[in-house]
Amino acid sequence: MALDTSKIGKTYPPHEYEVGREKIREYANAVGETNPVHHDRSAAREQGFRDVVAPPMFAVVYSTGAIGPALFDPELGINFARMLHGAQEFVWSEPVCAGDTITTVASVKDLYERDGMQFFVFESVSTNQDGREVARGTWTNIVRGG
Amino acid sequence: MKQGDTIPELRVTPDKYLPHRYAGASGDFNPIHIDAEFAKAVGLPSNILHGLYGMAQVARANVAAAGGDPRRLKRLSVQFRGMGFPEKEIVVRGTVKEERDGRVVIDTVAEQDGNEIIRNAEAELELEG
Repeated sequence: MALDTSKIGKTYPPHEYEVGREKIREYANAVGETNPVHHDRSAAREQGFRDVVAPPMFAVVYSTGAIGPALFDPELGINFARMLHGAQEFVWSEPVCAGDTITTVASVKDLYERDGMQFFVFESVSTNQDGREVARGTWTNIVRGG
Repeated sequence: MKQGDTIPELRVTPDKYLPHRYAGASGDFNPIHIDAEFAKAVGLPSNILHGLYGMAQVARANVAAAGGDPRRLKRLSVQFRGMGFPEKEIVVRGTVKEERDGRVVIDTVAEQDGNEIIRNAEAELELEG
C-alpha cells in the first residue's frame, strides 16, 4: 500500500491514564529500578516528589493507549506482519507520580519511504492534571518491503 | 563528567520469566515476547525481549550515571537493532559525547553476547549545578 502523506498531522483522540502506586512498583520491579523513590512514599517525599515517582520509561505505560489507535488506523494501512519498532525517543519534563492523571494525544509526525522500507513516525504528547507536559514521545515503526 | 569519560557499566541478566513480568507491567502481550513456540513459528530463534525493556535498561544506566535522581534524565533516543533474549547478560555502556552548560549527552549501547540490541542511543542528562 502506498503511503498517503496527506495523513501527516492527523491527530487521534486523547487517552487518559490514572497512575497507581502499585503499578509504578510493578513496573519498577520488572525493569530492575531499585531506587526507593519508585517504591516508598516517604522516600519519594523526602526527595521532593508528591508521591511514589514513576521511572522515566514508565512513559510507555501511560502513553501506549494513545499510540494504539494510531497504529491500527486503517487509513494508514500498516502491514503488521512486517512491522518493527525501529526507534524511540522520549523527552521528559515534569515528573509523574502516583495519583496523577495523564492525558496523551498522539499524532502522525511523519510518513516516508527509504531503501524499500516504509517509516511511520508518531508523536505522543502527555500532560498531567495541571496541564503541564510530562513527556513527549517519538515512535518510529518500520515496515520492511512495504 | 567531561567529553570522552565513560559511565559505569550496567549488567543485568533477565531471567526466563522476565518477559512475562514486563508484559504485565507494560501491557505489551505480543506473543513473540512471551511464547517461544509462537516466536519459532514466525521464524524467530525463540521468544525475544521487549525492545522497550532494553531501552529501560539504557535509561537506568544513565540515571545511575547522573547520581540516581530520575529527574536528571531529560531525553533518551534509541534505535532498536538485534534481538535480545532472556537468560543472557545485557551490558550497557556509555561515553560522554558532549558537555555544555551543566548538560551532558551520553552515547550509549546495549549488547548481549557482543550483539548490539540497542544502538545509537543518546541520553541527555542534567547534572547538579
